[in-house]
Formats: sequence, C-alpha cells, structure tokens
Amino acid sequence: MRDVSIIGIGQTKVGEHWEKSLRDLAIESLWAAMADAGVEEADVLYVGNMLGGQFVGQEHLGTLIADFAGLRGTEAFRIEAACCSGAAALRQGYLAVASGLHDIVAVTGVEKITDALGCITAVGLAMAADGDYEASQGLSLVAVHALLMRRYMHEYGATNADFAMFAVNAHRNAVGNPYAMFRRPISKDAFEKARMVADPINLLDSAPVADGAATLVLCPAERAREFNGQPIRVAASAVATDSIALHDRRDLLFLESAYLSAQRAYQQARVSPDDIDVFELHDAFTVMSALSLEACGFAKRGEGFKLAQNGDISLEGPIPICTMGGLKARGNPVGATGVYQVVEVVEQLRGQAGPNQVKGPRLGMAQNIGGSGGTAITHILEAMD
Amino acid sequence: MDMPRHWRLNEQRYNLVGTECPACGAKLFPPRPICPDCNCKEVQPFRFSGQGEVYSYSTVFQAPSGYEEFVPYTVALVRLKEGPLVTAQLTDMDNDEARVGMKVEMVTRKLREYGEDGVIVYGYKFRKPVADYLETEVD
Ligand SMILES: [Zn+2]
Repeated sequence: MRDVSIIGIGQTKVGEHWEKSLRDLAIESLWAAMADAGVEEADVLYVGNMLGGQFVGQEHLGTLIADFAGLRGTEAFRIEAACCSGAAALRQGYLAVASGLHDIVAVTGVEKITDALGCITAVGLAMAADGDYEASQGLSLVAVHALLMRRYMHEYGATNADFAMFAVNAHRNAVGNPYAMFRRPISKDAFEKARMVADPINLLDSAPVADGAATLVLCPAERAREFNGQPIRVAASAVATDSIALHDRRDLLFLESAYLSAQRAYQQARVSPDDIDVFELHDAFTVMSALSLEACGFAKRGEGFKLAQNGDISLEGPIPICTMGGLKARGNPVGATGVYQVVEVVEQLRGQAGPNQVKGPRLGMAQNIGGSGGTAITHILEAMD
Repeated sequence: MDMPRHWRLNEQRYNLVGTECPACGAKLFPPRPICPDCNCKEVQPFRFSGQGEVYSYSTVFQAPSGYEEFVPYTVALVRLKEGPLVTAQLTDMDNDEARVGMKVEMVTRKLREYGEDGVIVYGYKFRKPVADYLETEVD
C-alpha cells in the first residue's frame, strides 16, 4: 500500500443556491480543487451523494459531473452511505490511490436539498433509518435522534440546556468561515427558547440541511511535491458499521461504529486521542457531538456534554471541534458533509483557517456518521514538514 | 410504497412476530435471518406478548410527509417484556403523559393513509394497559 496525500481542496458556500443546480455546485467545487492542486485531469472521479435521485430526480451522477466538468471518458461513479456518503467517497479515493491503481483521484461530495419541499426533505432524510421499522412508524431522522437524546438525558441527568454550548460553539466558529451557511453567533438564551422540532430536540439542536459541494484531490504521497499547494498526508482511513436502527443497538448510548472506526484509525496512524489537535465531528444533532466525543475516547461515557460546558471544545481548548462551524452552522449538505469536514481539517493543518486557525495543529481527525450511527467513517490527516 | 411491501410485513405489524434463536435464546424484533449475537441461522418465528415499557420517547411537531394528520404525536422506543426494543407510536393518551418506564401494551391502529384512493396501512402502536384505564374510571 502507498501513502496518500491530499493536494487540492475546493468548496462552495453552503446554503440555499436557488440559481445553481446539483451539477453546477459539483463542478464549481471540483474545478476549485483541481486549480488548488494544479492538475488539469483526474484518473478517477468519485461522487459522494445521498439524495440526488429523490430530490433532483437525477442518478448516474459520476458520469453527469465528469462529462460536464470536462472529464468525459474518466472513470466515475457515485457512492452512497446516507449522511456519510462524502467520507465513503473519500474512503474509495484513498483505496484507489493506496492500492497503486490510480494516481490522481478527485473526490466530490455534493447535495442539492432546497429543490424539494420541507416535508419531502424529511422523508428523504428518514431513508437513512430503517424504512420498514422506523420511518414507517412516522419517525423523521430528527425523531430518531430525539429518542437517543431523551435516553441520554434520562440516564446521565443532563438537561436540554446542557447541550446549548455545542450549538453556541459551532455558530461562533462559523462567523470566521466564508463558506458557512449561518455566519452569526447565537446565545445560550436563544438556544433555550428555540422551538421544539421533536422533543427534546429543538431547532438549534439540529443542523440545517442545505445545498453544497466540496472536493478533494488525492495523489500518492511520493508525487505530492509535483503539485501546487501544501500536501497533507492521510494518516488513516477507517469505516465501521452498526445496526441501522436504534432499536437493534447492543447499547443505545454507545456509538459502536464511531468507536470502532476511530480505534481502527488510531491504530493505523499509531496515535491516541491525546495526539489529535482538531476534530471535525458529526454534529447533526447536539447529542451526537456528546456521543461522538465519548465513543472516540475524548470523554468518559455520560460526560461528553461536559466538554462543551467547560470550553474544552473551543478553538483554544484541548480538543477544538466544529472549527469552521460544523454541521450546525456551516450547514449540513448531507452527502457532501464528509468532504467539507476533511476540507476544513486540511485548512487547519495548512494554517489557512484564517480567524479560526487553531495554533500549530499537526494531526486532525474527521468523523462522518451515517443515519443515527449505522455507519461511521474516520479519517486522520497529518501535516507534512 | 406499494401494496406488496406492506402485505409482506403483516405478521410483524399485526402480530408482532419476530425471531427466537435456538442456540443462545435471544429474542429479536424485527425478525432476522441470522442471530446477531451468536450467528446461528436456525432462528425460529417468535410471537411477542406486546407487553412492555417505555425506554425513550419524543413528541414530534414536524412530521414527515404522510404523517401530518397525527401531529403532534409521540413516538417511543418500547422495551418488550421478552427483551428487545421496538420503535412505535404511543396512542390513546395525551402527549404529555409519556414517561420513561411507563407500562404499555401493543394495539393495532392506523399508521397512515395514501390519499383518497390509496391504501390505509395498519400496524402496531402502544398504549397504557387497559387495566390501568379501568382503574382510573373506578377512582
Ligand atoms: Zn443466538
């Protein structure tokens, strides 16, 4: 296996892009990443996307995007793993380069949400859960996570307000990210007064789904210096699964997929949680931030929410999370989110995170989660000297 | 969703039929072709009693398309007496009555309709045990 480097990044602003189609967004980010790397062609294009078929009525996305981006003839196809489709596409890109089969691989995550109506959006997102035994009972993906959060609060004695600082931290960080959807801070008070969506999850517990695309360009580490920019090494790439439905989990309040993929990543990179300088976690709902911190070894069980309260997760803290706004405030372009997370870790490791720059990070981790924890994909990146 | 898809789930939706593992004794709902605990493939159908208690719950204010007529409604993870959790709506009670640990029993109710000419889908929901209602009336 060969070492793999990221040599180019590109992203669109996350939000409601009425004037741009799915293919427009994908091409904008793909061209930005290729320009960043200084490459004119790619051997392969992998597209991470969850809902193109449902929301835009378009499948066959690899070919569509390759064709319209000027890469006709290139090997290209779409990869789907619900909300972690983006990281799944990166995983495939990593394997393609590491295996020695391909040299220049583009990985694009793209989602076009806002063409669909709100109630239809909920149906589409609920497809990340078990259709026969969760969604058919009237559960949205929000309701699935509400069941998690209620039980968490019940077992650990936490209140809704105890989760506020996850959202406050994300919004504070989004102010400094020009690509973020909500570039404004929110107060703890606003969080506590937010409207309930599925009790105990309120509007500010949940990340807004929106349109967006992000792209990474990969190459073998030994060739990384041939291209523009500052290459970042992929120190680990790992995927793990659990049951898709909450009711089938061995332990409801432990994200086994997140645990397993993080452990595999730590082993591959030969590092421990203490070595991680920035962590882009999957804060689709505030309770998921707490559970991810616990599963990945940053907090004991039942204590993940306390890291938000004492400031440990801020840019100056020991484990900064959501450094560019996270899903909560950068926005959650579902199938693209995993690629955005890695783009942001690259910005941090390159020292290009502007006002949000964490001081001298060497190792960054990104973890993208599908559904309520059915799949978790963890990547660890390392700055190269 | 079409007719056959719902028809295939009749045993689960009306009778709460899951599987039992003869090797390790695990009782599973929904049914599976292989035991996730010991990988035994000789699993047998098992009909659950429908008795259980609320393990977690949430009142939904923004419903997915097809469920708007019930809003607000309460969904729950119910811990069945025999062991597994099942995801279902709570019914025949006020939304603010739901509590973790509350005893419930399965009933058959309308899950949703598919428009004027479409099918009406029925399935399991959970309510407070009828014995509790009778007690309340006597008081
Ligand atoms: Zn068994």
